[in-house]
Amino acid sequence: MATITINDKAYQVDADPSMPLLWAIRDIVGLTGTKYGCGKGLCGACTVLLDGQAIRSCLTPVSEADGKKVVTIEGVDKENKVLQEVWEDINVPQCGYCQSGQLISAVALLKQNSNPSDEDIDSAMSGNICRCGTYHRIRQAIHKTAELTNTKSE
Amino acid sequence: MSSIQIISRRSFIRSLGLASGGLIIACNFPSSDDKEGASKIIPFNGSSFEPNLFIQLKDNGELVLLASRSEMGNGVRTSLTSVIADEMDADWKMVSVKQATGDVKFMDQNTDGSRSIRQLFEPMRKMGATARAMLVSAAATKWQVDAASLKTENHYVINPATDEKLFYGDLVKEAAEVEIPENPVLKNPKDFNYIGKKLKSIDGADFTSGKAKYGMDIKLDNMHYAAVARSPVTFGTVKSFNKDAALKIAGVTDIIELPRIATPFGPLGGIAVIANNTWAAFKGKEALEIEWDNGSNESYTSESYDKMILANVKKKGKEVRNDGNVNSAFNKANHIVESEFQMPHLVHAPMEVPNATAWVHDGKCEVWAPVQDPQTARKDVSDYLETDKENVTINVTLLGGGFGRKSKPDFVVEAVALSKAVNAPVQVVWTREDDIQHSYYHTVSAQYMKASLYADGNVTGWLHRVAYPSITSTFAPDTGYGAGFEFGMGMTNIPYQIDNVRCENGKAPAHLRIGWYRSVINIPQAFSINVFVDELAAKAEKDPLQFRLDLIGEDRIEKSESGYHFDSSKLKNVLTKVAKNAGYGKKLPEGHGMGLAVHYSFLSYIATAIEVSVIDGKLKVHNIHSVIDCGTAVNLDTVESQMQGAAVFGLSLAFYGKITAKDGIIEQSNYHDYQVLRMSETPNIAIEIIQSSEKPTGVGEPGVPVIAPALINAIYNATGKRYYKLPLMDEGLV
Repeated sequence: MATITINDKAYQVDADPSMPLLWAIRDIVGLTGTKYGCGKGLCGACTVLLDGQAIRSCLTPVSEADGKKVVTIEGVDKENKVLQEVWEDINVPQCGYCQSGQLISAVALLKQNSNPSDEDIDSAMSGNICRCGTYHRIRQAIHKTAELTNTKSE
Repeated sequence: MSSIQIISRRSFIRSLGLASGGLIIACNFPSSDDKEGASKIIPFNGSSFEPNLFIQLKDNGELVLLASRSEMGNGVRTSLTSVIADEMDADWKMVSVKQATGDVKFMDQNTDGSRSIRQLFEPMRKMGATARAMLVSAAATKWQVDAASLKTENHYVINPATDEKLFYGDLVKEAAEVEIPENPVLKNPKDFNYIGKKLKSIDGADFTSGKAKYGMDIKLDNMHYAAVARSPVTFGTVKSFNKDAALKIAGVTDIIELPRIATPFGPLGGIAVIANNTWAAFKGKEALEIEWDNGSNESYTSESYDKMILANVKKKGKEVRNDGNVNSAFNKANHIVESEFQMPHLVHAPMEVPNATAWVHDGKCEVWAPVQDPQTARKDVSDYLETDKENVTINVTLLGGGFGRKSKPDFVVEAVALSKAVNAPVQVVWTREDDIQHSYYHTVSAQYMKASLYADGNVTGWLHRVAYPSITSTFAPDTGYGAGFEFGMGMTNIPYQIDNVRCENGKAPAHLRIGWYRSVINIPQAFSINVFVDELAAKAEKDPLQFRLDLIGEDRIEKSESGYHFDSSKLKNVLTKVAKNAGYGKKLPEGHGMGLAVHYSFLSYIATAIEVSVIDGKLKVHNIHSVIDCGTAVNLDTVESQMQGAAVFGLSLAFYGKITAKDGIIEQSNYHDYQVLRMSETPNIAIEIIQSSEKPTGVGEPGVPVIAPALINAIYNATGKRYYKLPLMDEGLV
């Protein structure tokens, strides 16, 4: 039994310790916003924050999350509400499926770098595939969020 | 075209045995694939007004609009319903969208062919206008004034003479008593509030908060999860298997053999692992020991096959178009240019793998699945269960991408078969490896082109030969030859004025399931034609832009039975505009080059200009400009995003797209060896949408085919080297 805090709520997760966190979150805890895309850490659809770090939950066993804090897309509003609003406002998603992972990766990027350049964005976001091809707008949304956040805090 | 008919209320109440009525109408649509009565009777229920299948107005003003096509990133849930809301003069903030289940009463629901808006624009306008007219009529009766003197605005009927207003929600009861107008007046396009503007996705908040529900997000009580091991070689069968190791995995509850169903969208069959979570099902599948009988497709190896079809386009093939006399033109020519083109199979690889949830119980079957074509899913499921379609409900979830893959519901029938077998709800989930290795593939192709030029640069003769396994092989015994609809995607309908044209088809038997893929056979045909025209321009020592404009030729309308006529001036217009937007002709930095491509597909006109650099042998794409003329653009934001996405999709296939087989087995398995474009490789993308009030035409697909040839032409412009074979990763450029 692992104790995992997901979006500020503690869950007792009764799962094989080697089960990837992705499937524990989806099939056992029942939060379905985190997505399966490849199962090999290649596409980023399953990205969540584990103690603040963006990780691929399809490769991270439940045992590694025991006693730690996880943030999924369902908790992204508490992490970066501005980003979420800008994302919706710019109408970034097309099919929307990869966007949970994209948003979490963007949250992690903006935590470390409040004013990322195009190159910073490319290197932080290139682990997240979008088959619909929304990259152009993702880049726009991250810049816009940085701009709004930095103006507010000045 | 839809027709909304008033049915005698009394006769219907009688025939249906309804005790109470209110408004009862029928809404008839012609159905392309099913002739059963496509009508629906909707009684007024006392608190809402339902003038037709697509509209429910509640007495609190809430407006529930129905989306009959699938949402897969195409924005259709927003665009279709915004058309109804616009004609109704409804307040968009009051709108929510309900997804239609698969049912012929909604007309054709197959979301493919870039035709949702094209087919439904007028019917949806009429739906909205009907409701509006009935609300106006109800207000007129209340006020005792002439309906023609009233106007509507943002969910209100207004009497301009008195400035009185009536809220739509307060008119529900009276409106339901109004006779349905046969020919409601449609808006003047200049009065549109939503059509032709930018509208955010109705699902935007769900997409950004994890609330959006895709197929795999369905959870039912006592639901089992399943993974299926399928034959590595297409249509292979199970010879023997050992399930002991799989059954030892914690969470695995059952192993079931699934037979193949030999219909176009029938499951491939194999061994299914049933478990109490997805991961256990995946692990169980890996632990299965299966001996396969590979069958005849074991002979399929891309390396030798590709050579074979290339040889087949170098000799005379079946004639599919012949105008003038190509041979005579070739004999009289000053220059002859010949080239060969090759593209491999491609796979859609939508981010959401194929999956479906089914529950067969008590003589009924309910399905939740991300399907592009829920009516076909319903038919295949009812055929499988040998039951009436009425007993089968197909709930359409959001699709995590489709691109053509999810118009084939083989995965749905798998879930149904397994639910029936275990007598519980079952969710089948394909692994990414399953998706890459057991799809309905975009076809592999070889092409040969030959043209003659006079000394003045005029193209006098044009020979185009293609060989590719046909989509028709999925539906009928394979002849090894293509079909007219495939040749008509760019080849036999080239937009160029050339006197002598011959198109031929060489043999190419299918060894995989061949299916639609975003833009279908336009992709290879637009590729070869656009690269070849650039090559002809170089040979003629002409500027590629002017050469193309000259080749498109004089302004003319080419009539089509579809009612959508090809207009050469529109094609020249998008090309001229894109050249201007991209700064075509300006001096570019060292190592840079710009290339053009233009194509007419899905009734839309597209041109693209791409700027690249090739420095130290490495390709970088800097800018993509595209211009589309798609008639009325219902949602400008969606058209723009579809075109941006199409540019990325096109670059993906040009850079990396390659599915190959060896001894019948697909050699790629996941995103590491079937790569798609990533953020760092994505250039600036700028889209212009031509303003038009003509009938809407295709948007989802036509942005794709122009990308690869414009890229090749840009590389030529930068380096002087021309590539004829995709993907470019094989050339070491990316």
